[in-house]
Amino acid sequence: MVIMPLSDHYTYWITILLMVAGLYVVIARSNLIKKLVGLAIFQTSVYLLYIAPGKLIGGTAPIASAQFSVYSNPLPHVLILTAIVVGIATLALGLALVVRIKESFNSIEEDEVLVAVHGDAMSEDGDA
Amino acid sequence: MSAEHLPVLLVVVPLLAAPLIVLFRSGRAGWLLAVLASMVSLACAIGLFVQVRGGTVISYAIGNWAPPWGIEYRVDVLNAFVLILVSGVATIVSVYARTSVISEVPSDRHYLFYAMFLLCLSGLLGMTVTDDVFNIFVFLEISSLSGYVLIALGRERRALHAAFQYLILGTIGATFYIIGVGFLYLVTGTLNIVDMAGRIQAVADHRPVLAALAFMTVGLSLKAALFPLHAWLPSAYSTAPGAVAAFMAGTATKVSLYVFIRLLFGVFGARLVLQDLPLLEALSLLSIAAMLVASLVAVMEKDLKRLLAYSSVAQIGYITLGVSLANQDGLTAAVVHLFNHGIAKAALFMLVGGAALRLGGCRLEVLAGMGQRMPLSAFCIVIAGLSLIGVPGTAGFITKWHLVLAAAEAGQWLTIVAIGASSLLAAAYVWRFVEAAYFTAPRHHGVQEVSVGMLAPAVIMTVACVYFGLDTSFTLGAAREAAELLLGAVK
Repeated sequence: MVIMPLSDHYTYWITILLMVAGLYVVIARSNLIKKLVGLAIFQTSVYLLYIAPGKLIGGTAPIASAQFSVYSNPLPHVLILTAIVVGIATLALGLALVVRIKESFNSIEEDEVLVAVHGDAMSEDGDA
Repeated sequence: MSAEHLPVLLVVVPLLAAPLIVLFRSGRAGWLLAVLASMVSLACAIGLFVQVRGGTVISYAIGNWAPPWGIEYRVDVLNAFVLILVSGVATIVSVYARTSVISEVPSDRHYLFYAMFLLCLSGLLGMTVTDDVFNIFVFLEISSLSGYVLIALGRERRALHAAFQYLILGTIGATFYIIGVGFLYLVTGTLNIVDMAGRIQAVADHRPVLAALAFMTVGLSLKAALFPLHAWLPSAYSTAPGAVAAFMAGTATKVSLYVFIRLLFGVFGARLVLQDLPLLEALSLLSIAAMLVASLVAVMEKDLKRLLAYSSVAQIGYITLGVSLANQDGLTAAVVHLFNHGIAKAALFMLVGGAALRLGGCRLEVLAGMGQRMPLSAFCIVIAGLSLIGVPGTAGFITKWHLVLAAAEAGQWLTIVAIGASSLLAAAYVWRFVEAAYFTAPRHHGVQEVSVGMLAPAVIMTVACVYFGLDTSFTLGAAREAAELLLGAVK
């Protein structure tokens, strides 16, 4: 198996880097905002994964014309427009939840929130 | 004339009713519209099911753009069956939701609850009816995003954290899925499932196809809460409002499993999945682990909602076990259990949700003496619980029977032992409720049975658990046909 040189297909390397970095932040950070930032980076890497292969070097927009014979594929761009909208909705909802978590738990650190969540469960034990 | 538009009406009616509810800004109008839209969807689903029985396939080109270029809605007996489950559970739960929402959600948010409920429903129906892998992603996110909101509407502050946790894991799952779609599109140049199935065999050895299979399997397993990717499920189901827990437990994971089954057999096909890769062996091991470990955790849970949530993880194991056996009986068991488990869990979560409102919690100590105070609710919980165990005469038995037949046909005797052990564990966790409800002195005095608005839908669902255990012509007939269809596609 031949390993791709870094200069060829460099968009793939960037995609992989963003993907892994984003996922790492989601897992490793306790701060809920940072988790969402990681999630957004992770999703962004997918946009690149789709868009880069759609472009042909020397290709133009797919408008039929006698002058051009090489066209780029517009479909990935359209798909990613949809994915971007989904990503924004997810981020907005996530941030709204963080605001509500901050109001009820007075913290946006996951380990502190978890302690409070377990505390709630324990106090139910006490009631029972 | 309108009959040919059934596949799209099914999705569009709840999708349009949702913003209409937001315009009305009234909880009562919202509830009426939600019930009405769910019923229209159910009617469409039944209409489709009648048409596709016997092998007909309905293809609907959205906006009249011919497939594979345009988005195609494609209905066969498998997804028509899932559509009936989703819209049927939605119809019954939406009736139940009125009382549940009044008691659990602040009154200024009632109309928003119903709008979210319908968006979630249309997302789930869309995922099931569409034949376009990217369209599945869009509907998956519609149902997920509205699902996160529904869970966050729970009364306790823990619900917020549960919703956030589900949002993170659900988004990772959906993104993994869409990475898989990207790889498949790169190698096949199409998004249409049927078109893709025809093209993929020529490139089945290419690494992107294998990567796509891996990403999609993990992504959908996260959404379907397949062990060990179930971390979000117990806290989400136990803190969500009663109606939401009942609706999601009955439908959300089932639809993700349907998509998984469809892709496995409809796209990746025979050679890749069944012969070249040990995917089915891995799935079989994880399923057995789910059946045993999650049941064991359920036996030790003190909170009935969490107990039922872990039982869901175990029952999802039965479905994937059926898939992993990949023979006629195994797939029949998997498909029929989508339905049988969906109705049993919806019934249980409705009943427990009602009990939790009356008794102020659903820890087993709190439920002590429920058999005396709320006789009908307690009795129905036991009946639906028997379906979880798989006692003959309940819907759960039909699944277990076919799973055992399938495992015997495959010569996997240890799997049969695991099915037996898991059933025993199920009997143990259902017994814990029986012990609390019937053999413990009541703690509460003057507690009455829940109102008819909550009880009637739950009783209907419980009766369905028994009915579909006795008369299996609808469920088993459809599942058999679906299994033949899936196996026919991979030959």
